[in-house]
Amino acid sequence: SNVSLCVQSEPASLPAVDISTKTNGPKQDSLFDEDTEDLFAEATEEVSLDSPERDVLLSEGPSPAITPITPPISVITPRIGHAHDDMFTHSSFDEIEEEEGGDSFDIHISVSDPEKVGESWNNLERSGTSMSLFRQKDFSVKRRFSDFLGLHSKLASKYLHIGYIVPPAPEKSIVGMTKVKVGKEDQSSNEFVEKRRSALERYLMRTVKHPILLKDPDVLQFLESSELPRAVNTQALSSAGILRMVNKAADAVNKMTIKMNESDAWFEEKQQHFENLDAQLRKLHASVESLVCHRKELSVNTAQFAKSAAMLGNSEDHTALSRALSQLAEVEEKIDQLHQDQANADFYLFSELLGDYVRLITAVKGVFDQRMKTWQKWQDSQMLLQKKREAEAKLQFANKPDKLQQTKDEIKELEGKVQQGERDFEQISKTIRKEVSRFERERVKDFKMIIVKYLESLVQTQQQLIKYWEAFLPEAKAIS
Amino acid sequence: MMQEGLDDGPDFLSEEDRGPRAVNVDLEMDATLQVDISDALSERDKVKFTVHTKSTLPNFKQNEFSVVRQHEEFIWLHDSFVENEDYAGYIIPPAPPRPDFDASREKLQKLGEGEGSMTKEEFTKMKQELEAEYLAIFKKTVAMHEVFLCRVAAHPVLRKDLNFHVFLEYNQDLSVRGKNKKEKLEDFFKNVVKSADGVLVAGVKDVDDFFEHEKTFLLEYHNRVKDSSAKCDRMIRSHKNAADDMNRIASSLYMLGTQDSTDLCKFFLKVSELFEKTRKIEARVAADEDLKLADLLKYYLRESQAAKDLLYRRSRSLVDYENANKALDKARAKNRDVLQAENNQQLCCHKFEKISESAKQELVDFKTRRVAAFRKNLVELAELELKHAKGNLQLLQSCLGVLKGNT
Repeated sequence: SNVSLCVQSEPASLPAVDISTKTNGPKQDSLFDEDTEDLFAEATEEVSLDSPERDVLLSEGPSPAITPITPPISVITPRIGHAHDDMFTHSSFDEIEEEEGGDSFDIHISVSDPEKVGESWNNLERSGTSMSLFRQKDFSVKRRFSDFLGLHSKLASKYLHIGYIVPPAPEKSIVGMTKVKVGKEDQSSNEFVEKRRSALERYLMRTVKHPILLKDPDVLQFLESSELPRAVNTQALSSAGILRMVNKAADAVNKMTIKMNESDAWFEEKQQHFENLDAQLRKLHASVESLVCHRKELSVNTAQFAKSAAMLGNSEDHTALSRALSQLAEVEEKIDQLHQDQANADFYLFSELLGDYVRLITAVKGVFDQRMKTWQKWQDSQMLLQKKREAEAKLQFANKPDKLQQTKDEIKELEGKVQQGERDFEQISKTIRKEVSRFERERVKDFKMIIVKYLESLVQTQQQLIKYWEAFLPEAKAIS
Repeated sequence: MMQEGLDDGPDFLSEEDRGPRAVNVDLEMDATLQVDISDALSERDKVKFTVHTKSTLPNFKQNEFSVVRQHEEFIWLHDSFVENEDYAGYIIPPAPPRPDFDASREKLQKLGEGEGSMTKEEFTKMKQELEAEYLAIFKKTVAMHEVFLCRVAAHPVLRKDLNFHVFLEYNQDLSVRGKNKKEKLEDFFKNVVKSADGVLVAGVKDVDDFFEHEKTFLLEYHNRVKDSSAKCDRMIRSHKNAADDMNRIASSLYMLGTQDSTDLCKFFLKVSELFEKTRKIEARVAADEDLKLADLLKYYLRESQAAKDLLYRRSRSLVDYENANKALDKARAKNRDVLQAENNQQLCCHKFEKISESAKQELVDFKTRRVAAFRKNLVELAELELKHAKGNLQLLQSCLGVLKGNT
């Protein structure tokens, strides 16, 4: 069977961007009519309605941006639109799971060496792996920030609407980017570059940790191809933009007809759980950000005090005391560096962990909403079928054999749709259950690992403090 | 409002604060005259200090007695020293700063207003901290008033001052009302003139090497201490802010721990407990730095000013002496009022020499005291920093041990 990686073979396969609120079924014509214009404009600063990448996302037939890859060993079944593909069944899902068992997860990615090329930065991305998925063991490629965003937008459009939690890419930061573009070589722009580098690394690692996403051809191409196709190398939608679109669609769904009759308490319980978690994590994140800020202040103030103490030592006319004060100044200077390092650990370990999870939970909420949408679609088909059946009944008595036949044909088609709708709903429910339990497992692992690392950084700081003060104590005692 | 005894909240200040509080001054307490503040009461806008004296001197009616004094009465005593010409040659112990609970009171008030917006636990926690802060400020102001009295009691000449004895013994209100507007204005102008003179006098090079050196030294030292004191305060404030953040982090982690359904709940609770404990240590570090470093610098800011004032008084008496010499020459030239001029010149000369002699000793003593105080405080600071860092380290390591064991 067909393994071409044509993702958007039909507009109907992109319900993620099907935000029609006025009709009950998927639209067959252009997805970007008047209603949706605003959403797109909101999603990104740069993309206009006529820009090329829109076409990339929407085009019928094989998209030039997504090149087919013949995988080396295993047959990879891509996640493609389910409207026409009967490979999208339980069995294909299980196939992938079997493959997972074969190759243990062993891949490490590092993002480094940011370099400025023209107007933007390239990051060097190095992957080391022993997985059979890849052609080589060690390889590196250059990627622009927009490439990362492009990867996310592709993954989101392929997987979000069928219930997969796609990790969000790092945010664009206008302020930070402007500074960097202008070529300001100061500490804050260096910090910005490092922040971004670290965020991109975490993003990629999270993406490849996902067993389905790892095997996605776009991901493989992103990691391996020495050059990504031109069309992708333009400014892309931000992750936030995509999620906003997805969530806005979901909001539209919610405001619509009946609230879904939740037959499965698990979903309700989980949704509540994520709401609570979201609120708690945001609160904690805010406190940690405050700590980072105050620790940086402490570092600056300690440095200033150190300088002042040195001056005081200089002016002190008792020799031994003068010496001790200079030593105190030196200790405080070392301590200010310690505070600076600790503030970095506070940020890169603790704060960014929390920030990442706040964003991830937005994606989780998104898939729950997608399930609602799927249910709604199924219900809509059912209602339509009902109407058609009523129409058929009426037509039985009107002498219009052509119309009757047409209606019978439409009914047949709708029955198919209803069945598909039910299958889709069951499938997305099943997927979400799997995804959520995977997500929770990863969450536990992540938090444990990173918080332990963070505590180790605190240990190091205290050990250094002890060293410094132990060295100073005899100096103080030597004053006579 | 709050009525405090002195022995509340043993947690907050270090143990070194019990007993003789002369932390910034190395004083010899001898049996003939011992002064301390045995109790204090904080009322709405004033603090009442119980000044307790033990003495074998015959001037006092009893061997041991107590009186209640307020801040204004301390200031009165200090000013009486400053205005006394006989004491021109001494470093007058600097007056204690006014008790200032405004900031603390404001915070407690804000907390009361914001009670609705936080959980009961958070509110109780913050209230406890602010009360502890209030208590710390209270203890500090007591210490500073006590140090002033001890310095006076330790000074060979000032301890005999009559006003001092009245201050110690007279068990009724001294009725020293605060200065009224007119007097405050007079003071202001006096200070302006003094500083203008100070600049003038500072410009004239002294014949005596010792005093020339002292002048140069004190002018620079005073400015540097001022700067260090301000920067130290800022550093400590950041420290306190960071400790406050840890408090909030501990609370949030606790909430997460109680709500999480996964393995993480125990994890979060343990880390929350850690942050709670580590924050207490950080708060102690900030408090100890405040006591051993910030207070030390503040005290020597005031003392160096008092030393500068002494130099100024000596310079003034030198100027008077030189003027008297000129007047004598004039009188001799005109052969008029020569005797008067001679007497005046003798007086000025004597005064100048007396001031110079005692000033020299005072400045030497000042150096000795300063070195001893810095030594004591820097050693204690280092020891406390080490103690807290080690405590913190142990907490962290034991927590890590538990967490890693479970993972």
